[in-house]
Amino acid sequence: MYWEKEVETMDRSKLEAGQLAALQETLARVEKSYYYGKMFKEKGIGAGQVKSLQDIAKFPFTTKDDLREHWPYGFIAVPKEELVRMHSSSGTTGRATVVFHTAHDIAVWTNLLARCLYMAGMRKGDVFQNMMTYGLFTGGLGFHYAAEKLGALVIPAGAGNSKRQIQLMRDFDTTAVHVIPSYALHLSTVFDELKLDPRKDTSVKIAFLGAEPHTEKMRRKIEEIYGYKAFNSYGLSEMNGPGVAFECPYQDGMHIWEDSFLIEIIDPKTLQPVADGVEGELVMTSLQKEGMPLIRYRTKDLTRIIPGPCACGRTHRRLERFKGRTDDMLILKGVNIFPMQIEKKLMDIPGVGTNFMIILSREGYNDDMTVKVEVRREYFSGDLKSLEKLKKKIVDELKGELLITPKIELVEPDSIPKGEGKAVRVIDNRKE
Amino acid sequence: MIAYQLSVFAEDKPGKLAHVTSVLAKAKISIRATTISTSDTFGVISLIVDEPKRAEAALTDAGLTVHLKSVLAILIPDAPGGLDKLMQLLYAEGININNAYGFVLESGQKAVFVVDVEQLDKTEKLLEEKGFKTLDTEELSAIEPIHYNKQ
Repeated sequence: MYWEKEVETMDRSKLEAGQLAALQETLARVEKSYYYGKMFKEKGIGAGQVKSLQDIAKFPFTTKDDLREHWPYGFIAVPKEELVRMHSSSGTTGRATVVFHTAHDIAVWTNLLARCLYMAGMRKGDVFQNMMTYGLFTGGLGFHYAAEKLGALVIPAGAGNSKRQIQLMRDFDTTAVHVIPSYALHLSTVFDELKLDPRKDTSVKIAFLGAEPHTEKMRRKIEEIYGYKAFNSYGLSEMNGPGVAFECPYQDGMHIWEDSFLIEIIDPKTLQPVADGVEGELVMTSLQKEGMPLIRYRTKDLTRIIPGPCACGRTHRRLERFKGRTDDMLILKGVNIFPMQIEKKLMDIPGVGTNFMIILSREGYNDDMTVKVEVRREYFSGDLKSLEKLKKKIVDELKGELLITPKIELVEPDSIPKGEGKAVRVIDNRKE
Repeated sequence: MIAYQLSVFAEDKPGKLAHVTSVLAKAKISIRATTISTSDTFGVISLIVDEPKRAEAALTDAGLTVHLKSVLAILIPDAPGGLDKLMQLLYAEGININNAYGFVLESGQKAVFVVDVEQLDKTEKLLEEKGFKTLDTEELSAIEPIHYNKQ
């Protein structure tokens, strides 16, 4: 049940004592980097001032902008020849940031992710198909190494090429997959085309969903289509990549590995920490990294800590499914909107298909939001009335949720282009 | 007799109807009647064709969203009062019509009125009792525009 029972179920006080020691070591280590060395000196701060975990608050935050400004080596805390791997963020927002790893970093990361995969139920003997992009993106190689360490047979399928994915699954009796949720939905339409039922015609029992925020509804939909258990995960390349936090079999929040990361949840406006259970931005300090450790890194990801222990016995706290990012928030007519809110509502409405797209436009001083929504093929009954009813239902539901009235355009099933990578669901045509 | 109406979901964008007709032309499907209902950004194209099942398959293969529905195709005389007699009957019997359209089969002789009603079987029975003839797909196709052949 546990990959490393002692670490995973460690008493909180012992876990926190370990965190403090690791934090002090990390702070001493980062002084060797150009960025932190200079900044610590200027502010007169350093590892010596940390006597408790709360003392982390004496240190400034690190942001993605800082990483960009000191691109590419400003955060390296070891001699460059110690580095064995470079990865890059997926660059969904702005220019990609680069991250470097030592051999030790790779080993620690691999072990953390193997811990996650084991927790979700993968074992030696499983056949694991990694349907993620290999390359700069951490989801390919990260999972590959971890699954091999665990002892699974790894099929490095890479992303895309849907028919080959299905062929591989069937030829080699794949039992576990790593997949982007929107691609999982897309792939189900290819199963349909091939007149195959993934529940009957494949042996997959576990799916690791990652690289894209998605709603609980979407996860359940994927589970229903495929008949496997789908686990939500969280990771960012700045903190290794996948393997930062993962769901256990209870699927109620993601355990974040506190032996490797010190976490804070802050109010993104006041930047003050909030209590467990209160929503805010996740801020992370790496505790094991050598190559490029980061202190109080602002993830811009919104979540909360789920208070209380988990039934699985792990003592590492759980993060709730992410609500969105502080920076994918849309502001329309003064109202803050998260695309995830829209997705959640749409998934609740029968008749709504797989994909949607948000288009923001401006006419004069008036901003408008149009949501293109795919109609489910089975829902179409040939009459206009039921379509109009569906449209009105969507307008009402979204209006209730967002407090503004979106324009809804019903479109044909599978007509909204979906990338085989991260889904881009927002097009902002408003000019400054 | 029951006839079939083919409905196609269509976003309101140029070339949509042309796409539908080109698919049907390629499949050598004959269109007997067509009607389009639109909302602001989307609409429904409804068709009466000679081979509904095959047309449905062709349109689905072409990536269109299609629904095949049972309707009643009622034969009426193409003369003043022909449609009225039918309408009065349906009104008197309290039959609600979702959608309806008509076309002439033989000028001055026969016309067909297509109705989409909720209580299909009941309505069909009623019409037969009252002396109306309803046509099935085969009969609709069989009445090839005879008037062209009349010399």
